[in-house]
Amino acid sequence: MTTASAQAAIPPWDDASITAIRRDMLRFARMHLRDSGAAEDMVQEALMAAMTSAKRFAGRSAFKTWMFAILRHKIVDHIRASSREICGSDLAGSSEMDAGLEEFDVLFKRGGHWNPEDRPSTWSDPEASFEQDAFWTVFDICMNNLPEHIARVYTMRELLELETAEICAALGITSNNCFVILHRARLGLRVCLESRWFQGEAR
Amino acid sequence: MKMMNCKDATRLMSERYERTLSLRERLSLKVHTAMCKGCSNYGQHLDVLRLAAKRLREG
Repeated sequence: MTTASAQAAIPPWDDASITAIRRDMLRFARMHLRDSGAAEDMVQEALMAAMTSAKRFAGRSAFKTWMFAILRHKIVDHIRASSREICGSDLAGSSEMDAGLEEFDVLFKRGGHWNPEDRPSTWSDPEASFEQDAFWTVFDICMNNLPEHIARVYTMRELLELETAEICAALGITSNNCFVILHRARLGLRVCLESRWFQGEAR
Repeated sequence: MKMMNCKDATRLMSERYERTLSLRERLSLKVHTAMCKGCSNYGQHLDVLRLAAKRLREG
C-alpha cells in the first residue's frame, strides 16, 4: 500500500467507524486501568495523537490496529508514571502480592496430579471463538474475576507486552513473585474460560 | 530423575513464557506432557490465552 492509498483508507474523523473504534479503545483502556476517568483520558490522548500524526499512517497495518498501537503506548506511559506514584513498597509488602497458589491446590490431588473433574479438557477450535463477540464478553468477565493485583500484572505482561523485569521494577516485586502471579493469572483465566465458554455454558 | 507431577508441570508451562527453562526442566516437561493428556491440553490452553491477548492488542 502506498502512503497515498493508506491516507485514503483513513475514514473521516466524524465517521461512524471512528466512533466504533473509539468505543473499542475505551473498552480496552478500561480493561487495563480499571479507572474510567483515566481510561477516557488515555483514549482522548490517543485520538488526538492519531489525528495529529495521521499523515504518518503508512498502511503497514490496519487503521484500527495502528490506532490501538498508539493507545497501548499511551497506557504504558500512564502505567509507568502511576507506578512511580503508587507505593510500590506497599504493594511488595502486601499479603496479596506474597500470596502463593494455595487457592489452586484444590485442582490437584495429594500427589500433585489433576483431580479427574478438574483435568483440562480439549478446547474445540478456539480461533473460531475469537470471531464471536460473546467470547470477548466472557473473556472480559474472566479478567474481572481475577484479583486486581493479579489482573494488573497479567495485563502489563500480556496486553502491554512489558518485560518481566520492568514489571518487577515498577511494582517492586521479585521476579519469582512475578512468575507466581502470572501463573495464578493463567490458571484462573483458563479455569474461567473453560467453565464459562469452552464447556458450552455461554453458547 | 524424580517424575514431575501436574502441579509442577503447569508452573513450568507458565514460566517458559518468562524465562529460559533448563535442559532438565524442558526434558521433564516434554516427557510429562507426552504422558499426560490434561497437561498437554493445559499447554495448548496457555497458547490460546497468548493468542487471545495478541488479538486484544490488535483491537
